[in-house]
Amino acid sequence: MGNEENQYKVIGTRPIRPDGVDKVTGRAAFGADFSLPGTIVGRVLRSPHAHARIKSIDAKLALALPGVRAMVTGADFPELPDEITAGGEAPVNFRDVSHNVMARAKALYEGHAVAAVAATTAAIAEQALALIKVEYEVLPHVIDVRDAAADGAPVLHETMFTSGVEPAPKKPSNVAGRTEMGLGNVEEGFAAADVTVEREYTTQAVHQGYIEPHACVASVTTDGQATVWSTSQGQFMVREFCSRLLGMDRAAIRVVPSEIGGGFGGKTTVYLEPLAIALAKKSGKPVKMVMTRDEVFRATGPTSGASMKVKLGAKRDGTLTAGDMTLYYQAGAFAGGPAMLGCMTGFAPYALTNARAVGYDVVSNRPKAAAYRAPGAPMAAFAVESAMDELAQKLGMDPIELRLKNAAKKGTRAIYGVKFPEIGFVETLEAAKKHPHYSAPLGPNQARGVASGFWFNIGGQSSAAVHVNEDGTAEVVTGNPDIGGSRASMAMMAAEVLGIEYSKVKPTVGDTGQIGYSFLTGGSRVTFATGKAVCEAAQATVNELRARAAKLWECPIEDVEWKDGAAHPVGGQTDTRTVLSLAELAESAAKTGGPISGAVGINAAGAGAGFGTQICDVEIDPETGKVTVLRYTVVQDVGRAIHPAYVEGQLQGGAVQGIGWALNEEYVYDGNGRLDNPGFLDYRMPVASDLPMIDTVMIEVPNPGHPFGVRGVGETPIVPPLAAVANAVSRAAKVRLADLPISPPRLLAALDGK
Amino acid sequence: MARVLLQREVARRFAGGLLELEVEASSYRALVTALDVRFPGIAQALTVRTAVAIDGEIYADPLLEPIGPHSEVQFLPVIGGG
Repeated sequence: MGNEENQYKVIGTRPIRPDGVDKVTGRAAFGADFSLPGTIVGRVLRSPHAHARIKSIDAKLALALPGVRAMVTGADFPELPDEITAGGEAPVNFRDVSHNVMARAKALYEGHAVAAVAATTAAIAEQALALIKVEYEVLPHVIDVRDAAADGAPVLHETMFTSGVEPAPKKPSNVAGRTEMGLGNVEEGFAAADVTVEREYTTQAVHQGYIEPHACVASVTTDGQATVWSTSQGQFMVREFCSRLLGMDRAAIRVVPSEIGGGFGGKTTVYLEPLAIALAKKSGKPVKMVMTRDEVFRATGPTSGASMKVKLGAKRDGTLTAGDMTLYYQAGAFAGGPAMLGCMTGFAPYALTNARAVGYDVVSNRPKAAAYRAPGAPMAAFAVESAMDELAQKLGMDPIELRLKNAAKKGTRAIYGVKFPEIGFVETLEAAKKHPHYSAPLGPNQARGVASGFWFNIGGQSSAAVHVNEDGTAEVVTGNPDIGGSRASMAMMAAEVLGIEYSKVKPTVGDTGQIGYSFLTGGSRVTFATGKAVCEAAQATVNELRARAAKLWECPIEDVEWKDGAAHPVGGQTDTRTVLSLAELAESAAKTGGPISGAVGINAAGAGAGFGTQICDVEIDPETGKVTVLRYTVVQDVGRAIHPAYVEGQLQGGAVQGIGWALNEEYVYDGNGRLDNPGFLDYRMPVASDLPMIDTVMIEVPNPGHPFGVRGVGETPIVPPLAAVANAVSRAAKVRLADLPISPPRLLAALDGK
Repeated sequence: MARVLLQREVARRFAGGLLELEVEASSYRALVTALDVRFPGIAQALTVRTAVAIDGEIYADPLLEPIGPHSEVQFLPVIGGG
């Protein structure tokens, strides 16, 4: 969007982010950078077995080691009820969270925490871990999702009986739940089809790959008041989870957020914080805990790997008549993978009147899955968008034309029942079709792939406060860690409403004692929901400024209007009332009633759905199986880009992570269920030199649910790339690649098997 | 009368498989109360793991939301994010 089209003064411009200088000069303080005087070091003993009963833990030698100050095991944490609670981001079983943070009777994956110690130095803590004697009874394990769902698989939880099936099973299994949703009649839809495609697809578990490992410091006073400094996607989430896991009041825990070096969903839960509080309480010392990269891979949540089957039917003109999909998603060691979200999103871009989606949530001896950008959607989209590509080939249709023929629009009912409001999917397809990339010539062994994707985006609870400083500058305080440039966006929205320059607004991320409750930074919600709160807080401040001007002018507030950062009289009498700027009203605040502020707490509804379409050109090397991404374009409906550069960054980052998922990333386990590649040398994520510049096209179909039209933008861009890449490679190789990642050996095998 | 659409699993467990019905209610709270009278136990099932879309707008916490005489009320799973 060019400024000539911009009706706003600040929104849509590209100022420098407030945290930018600190981040590029190394001054910014991330999770591991914080320390207090007298801080000691916490370390975690982790299971070397994928599945084992913990028969005993003997820590006598460890506790006798000079310098060891405290130790905790599962026995130090209260046992919580086995129930789903409406807390956190989605319904949560806090018993499972507690058992994931620290194993109880069984270790359920290699890397599962079984004990933690705190000592005066890291070396002593490591030495103490080596002195802890854990007696294990090693049990059979299962890693693969389909193996885990099969009869006769080693069962992780003797109390797990599949939900969502009738009659209720009498035997426990690893299938935590079955979910089904649908529209119309799938059988009749396929009977009406002229053409069908049907195939099975697999994707592997992939990690969010945040550069910064999990880290925290906890300090507990002698009267039981805890303060935690940690890196997370939500200081209020950390407070809630620690409160529940440790049986402490919320008010007894203050959580101070550090800068965050990437989260992508993986920092929407806790791992270290409850342990650090427990160790700090026992030792009486501040305890610092920082994971190694090895621990991040072995013990924190990747997203689910998936095994899927998709069938599509269409008329000869391309009109879809039916869609059917079955998804098996890895949940990791505890129930709660995103199979449901896969069912809801896979078919969402298309106006299907006959559709069915069945999902299975399956546990296995892997780390508990955590959220990852649009959790559950990229896998289902990979299967559906690959099937759409195959269908286009079978029909002899252009893949964008096929999508346009079936595209969801305002009023289309999604498989989960809701009719879409204003959406911009068609606009993304039209823009992709006319983009120069789509008609650029291709060379030998080169091909082009297209795929689309959908993500809901969410709202939720947010607090915001705007304070006018004595000199006419302003502070904006919110409760969401800044992962993607949100401080800049918050300051821009406040500046726009207040009518002052962006540089005059200072945004701050408050700790849990400084701002009201705010749900975590996730679900692409912050610029939408917290931004909405900021707009309302700024508007409340404007109303207070108008009231102060009315006092000075001795007139009703209705006679004062706010424009261009100043109070103006309305309805005549301009001769006796001079315009009062925000700075002038701030300067006289003491005389008119004291400090000027606006604070709100909201539960934001009206999040706008996100749709995108991506184009990928690849070249394959038939000799080595290497895939080179030549050109890549992301087209997305972003509602309104508050700071276009940061929106572009989200689109580029999502695409790059999806390309890694498609081509390189996977967890490799040995025969004993131990991870073979827990580091960035062997777990290969794309780096800048691997990829071309990712081109972006921002479509702006404003979301009526936000004052400036914002839609969430952070998750949708990771949905299409798996299929966009696979479709390009499949067309270049002239064989359908249905299993990710498309690593060189896998591509060579596919070429050999043609 | 508002048009109410239940999730399949909830419909199977509490409403004899009835996926769609009409309910007279002016608020979400009244609607759930009316459903619970007709299908005992359904209110509890609708408070955990369930969001609601009222005329296409999704609410995670809809307790006090108004329902129009021709509203469409769709229960759906809670949506999170990453």
